[in-house]
Amino acid sequence: MSRTALLCLAALAAALVYPLLVPNYLVNIGMLMLFTAFLGQSWNLAGGYAGQTSFGHVVFFGVGAYTSTILQVTYGWNPWLAWPIAMLAGGAVGWMIAVLSFRAGLRGSYFALITLAFAEVFRILANSVPFTRGGLGMLIKADQRPENFQFKDSIWIYYLALALCVISLLIAWQIARGRFGARLVAIRENEDAARALGIDVFAEKVKVLTLSGAMCAAGGTFYAQKYLYIDPSIAFGVDKSVEMLLVTMVGGAGTIFGPLIGSVALTVINEATRGLASVVPALKNVQPLSLVVYGVMLVLIVARLPDGLMGLFRRRPRHA
Amino acid sequence: MLEVRELSKSFGGLKAVDRASLDVRQGEIVGLIGPNGAGKTTLFAAIAGFHAPDSGRVAFEGRDITGLAPHRICAAGMVRTFQITQPFAKISVRQNIMVGAYLHTADRRLAAREAEAVAETVGMTEQLDQLGADLTVAGRKRLELARALATGPRLLLLDEVMAGLNPTEIVEIVGVIKGIRDAGITILLIEHVMQAVTSLAERVYVLNQGRMIAEGTPAAIADDPQVIEAYLGHGAAKVLRA
Repeated sequence: MSRTALLCLAALAAALVYPLLVPNYLVNIGMLMLFTAFLGQSWNLAGGYAGQTSFGHVVFFGVGAYTSTILQVTYGWNPWLAWPIAMLAGGAVGWMIAVLSFRAGLRGSYFALITLAFAEVFRILANSVPFTRGGLGMLIKADQRPENFQFKDSIWIYYLALALCVISLLIAWQIARGRFGARLVAIRENEDAARALGIDVFAEKVKVLTLSGAMCAAGGTFYAQKYLYIDPSIAFGVDKSVEMLLVTMVGGAGTIFGPLIGSVALTVINEATRGLASVVPALKNVQPLSLVVYGVMLVLIVARLPDGLMGLFRRRPRHA
Repeated sequence: MLEVRELSKSFGGLKAVDRASLDVRQGEIVGLIGPNGAGKTTLFAAIAGFHAPDSGRVAFEGRDITGLAPHRICAAGMVRTFQITQPFAKISVRQNIMVGAYLHTADRRLAAREAEAVAETVGMTEQLDQLGADLTVAGRKRLELARALATGPRLLLLDEVMAGLNPTEIVEIVGVIKGIRDAGITILLIEHVMQAVTSLAERVYVLNQGRMIAEGTPAAIADDPQVIEAYLGHGAAKVLRA
């Protein structure tokens, strides 16, 4: 345990000095890596720990992004103040989806499909209702002041992503070691047995999806403030859902560090293949090469490493 | 302590349980036996809230619990185990048992301590750090028992905890079950292994084709012609008597 703690501190120290030592584009890549780990962690709580695999987690991301952006652009709110509201909105949508689908008794792949459907419905709605400005998307006026949630120097957005990632790790850690986490795992492993042992399966699943939705929505606001533009296909596109699911599965679903490890691995692959494609002419037309590698990796992981890359580190579970 | 009155449950056209009644009194070990497909597990599931009965009434400690959700019934002090064992495969035995212990405490240390104490009761101390998936059949049966015990029940419903065990293992688990009863927990058990029922239960109910056909001491039951026929077929009682 203390070795793990030391390792964590060392990693944190490295993450803190990293942006001071590398060129700007690498700071940006590091930021994306941490941010994706954060989104992955939100997926991991519901999909990894509780086993409620979602294909449409982007719905929370999009709701968060649109809530804060609409409050800011249309109603003139300060984005920092809009942030918690965005999280509330994401949590509310998570609660609603959970109540609707779990009341109807949807499990496994049916639940996954219904989340995908919800994300699509939200995308289409965002495309057609007036207050999102439809397919035009929403532009946030550039005004690079920290009190405005915009930063001149990208190092600050990197540190913000780092903070989000650390917070998400602490949340996962706190959940995993306590009663809530034990109950989620029990539900994932066997719902009937969980029920027999006094667990209110429905309530716990609603709770975790609400929390996961709020977390993911926080990521949506962050994204909007970083790029200052969102449209329906960015905010509710299926690729973001896949990304969250992929980093978590690759790293290790239902483990604290899974999403982070997966995000690091996929970022490295992504950058490496991009580099490779620019050097090897034959690969120039295979675009994006990273997707091919992702696909192969996912197959290998599902077949050989069901516990993800974390499974390489940890053979046996440590007892509580 | 437990009162089941005229309970019926059908699946489609099949009457799995047909107006079955039974009583369990505080401190007893009561057996529920019957041939394959008699409806024992269905009756259990209906008592524990897994199936809503079509009609009839279940009362636990004087309180009507008919149709209550399983987690509420468990919280009220009655817990069931499964005939087909359902271990949480990817976590350790300790964590498995802790899930049960968490019913009454949110404190991790307390739950862990509780899990260890329960593991000792059922003789699983050695296996605490094994994965649920790695247990033998006997180990899984014990884990079912341990998890249920960890919820702190006053009435334990055991569904064939001895099926699939060898004679030595049966003797061991019979000892464990007696110990549990001596600790003050009332037990209703479904069993297939006749010898186990005779050595454990003070009273036995016999279910056949969904109906309760007999009730009494194990010795009286074994002599009941209706019971013999249920197990061995029509006319068997006459043959045996001859």
